[in-house]
Amino acid sequence: MEIILEDFTKRFGEVTVIEKMNLKIREGELLALLGPSGCGKSTTLFTICGIHRVDGGRVLFGDQDVSRVPAQQRNVGVVFQSYALYPHMSVFENIAFPLTVRKEHKNTIREKVAEIAELVHIGELLKRRPEQLSGGQQQRVALARALVRKPSILLLDEPLANLDAKLRLEMRSEIRRIQLETRISAVLVTHDQVEAMSMSDRIAIMKEGEILQVASPTEMYQQPINDFVAGFLGNPPIAFLDAHVQEGEIHLLNRKIQFNFPGSSMPTNGTKIRLGIRPEHYQPNNPIQIPGTISFVETQGRENLYDVMLDDGSILRSIQSSATESIEKSAQVLWGIQPDKVLIFDQAGNRI
Amino acid sequence: MKAALAELQIELTPYQINTLSQAAYTGWVWTTDNFHKMTILPETKQILFNTIIYVTFTLLLFNVGFALVLAIATFYLPKGQAGIFRALWLLPRISPSVLYVVLWKWLTWDTGFLNAILNPLGVAQRNWMLDTTLNAWVFVVLINGFIGASMGMILFSSAITAIPKPLLYASEVDGANRWQQIRFIILPQLKWPILFVTVYQCLSLLTSFEQILLSTDGGPGSTTEVWALAAYHNALDNYWGNLQYGYGAALALVLVVIGVIMSFIFLRFFRFQELVRQPRIEQ
Ligand SMILES: Nc1ncnc2c1ncn2[C@@H]1O[C@H](COP(=O)(O)OP(=O)(O)OP(=O)(O)O)[C@@H](O)[C@H]1O
Ligand SMILES: [Mg+2]
Repeated sequence: MEIILEDFTKRFGEVTVIEKMNLKIREGELLALLGPSGCGKSTTLFTICGIHRVDGGRVLFGDQDVSRVPAQQRNVGVVFQSYALYPHMSVFENIAFPLTVRKEHKNTIREKVAEIAELVHIGELLKRRPEQLSGGQQQRVALARALVRKPSILLLDEPLANLDAKLRLEMRSEIRRIQLETRISAVLVTHDQVEAMSMSDRIAIMKEGEILQVASPTEMYQQPINDFVAGFLGNPPIAFLDAHVQEGEIHLLNRKIQFNFPGSSMPTNGTKIRLGIRPEHYQPNNPIQIPGTISFVETQGRENLYDVMLDDGSILRSIQSSATESIEKSAQVLWGIQPDKVLIFDQAGNRI
Repeated sequence: MKAALAELQIELTPYQINTLSQAAYTGWVWTTDNFHKMTILPETKQILFNTIIYVTFTLLLFNVGFALVLAIATFYLPKGQAGIFRALWLLPRISPSVLYVVLWKWLTWDTGFLNAILNPLGVAQRNWMLDTTLNAWVFVVLINGFIGASMGMILFSSAITAIPKPLLYASEVDGANRWQQIRFIILPQLKWPILFVTVYQCLSLLTSFEQILLSTDGGPGSTTEVWALAAYHNALDNYWGNLQYGYGAALALVLVVIGVIMSFIFLRFFRFQELVRQPRIEQ
């Protein structure tokens, strides 16, 4: 089902947390709601499922306005960050709960629970209590409970935050598999960009209650609309350099380095700009060379990450295969950038 | 002794009686006579029955039942209102018992509040508290229940607020209405405090009698005379003046033994240890 937030506004007392947000979740897609802590992701999620009431605007499920419909009647499946499994019930009772309160027939419940338990691979755990399960298993139970009612939409609030690194990887693909198999529209709340990029069809990036950009992971990575989005996506993160425009050229580091302005919408002479350069685009063989000194080396196994300090004290990052000989700290390097791969932002941070 | 004096038609002042009593005190002896007496006196059965009625009704209706209702109701009220409401129900607990019972007496007296309202409506004037056995019981349970409900209310309230919020949210999005939320989420989470209050209040009700003493004093007749009150009456406040310290003490001793036995049964039956040890799921 398609879900639409229309001019959605939410206040807590005097504080307006979200003002006139517009967001559309397409039928069958997994949309990641990505943003730093406290930006209002959970608030948005809780409003979609009806735990919070809107203070303005509308929530639409398909073409039905559910803004005033209580949570009980929205038929939304939610996986909470803490899983919120009912500790006094068995796994079976937990998964069956949404059906039990609807007073569905015992046999129907048994069938549906068995079916969904099969889907999330916990068929043999049904008799246990939540406390007898590992984190990953609890996660699967929570997912099963959310899905068993065939919800209009599945909401996941930082579902992987409590898992260790290995389990996180496993559950990442599991959640995606289950979502694709059920073809259910889903919203995944996360502050982990890797999670958002690897699991979702589209990402909506949020900052201070506002949605900055909605795009596919690749598009958002390559074409961020501002420096915040550019900085939020990518690990190791993008580096920024100050520069200015002079007669169709970009001047860097007191004009020691100059190159033609890529693209057409050239700013006027003397405009100060910021260049965003991703670590994979500052490499030994690129044309526009920028000299510097290695100030930090991080070995990540397959790759090495270098921080390079330039003459004026600013930092560029480079990530290179560790197959090549690694370079020591304090070594002088002369690596380069590719003008068409550079992201250019104005003083306010918007992409030019 | 006093009976003997009456037979001889000798009248003495209390002071003289006292002196005489001291002189007549025969010292203590080891005896099981009092326990034997207990088993044959018909009034024993009566006070046992009364005690069971008193404890059961006060406990179930108020100390646990009404306390639960209060705690759950105030949980769903806005914070400010809930606080006022809870404070109100604490008043019976913190007011001096004599004053508190006197208020109830005012309410039910021949010329009291109830009559002042009901009389003009054509209801005959009466002492509502002591009018019938049923009335007496209703008021005994009310008077004690209003005091006892506050402890359960406080314990249950804090236990409810300790339930992790996501659990309640989850039950709402899972489609549970208020009643189902109470039945399937809140009550199961209150299992331990409910058991605790039941046991604790049961034991304390067994030995409490001051409110009954102050209100009905076991009346009308001895229809609301409970075990602890009987012990007091026999030992310290016999209307006829023949204070039976020994018999009163024997009654009290039985009460203590019953209390100890019940404590053990409760501890066994509810497996407190296990309840306390049970790890709570991280929320
Ligand atoms: N019940 C509440 N009362 C008052 N303020 C609240 C309440 N819930 C959230 N807020 C505020 O609203 C803002 C957004 O909170 P929200 O929980 O949606 O953030 P979030 O993006 O989910 O963050 P996180 O990643 O830390 O979970 C925060 O500033 C928070 O302090
Ligand atoms: Mg959150």
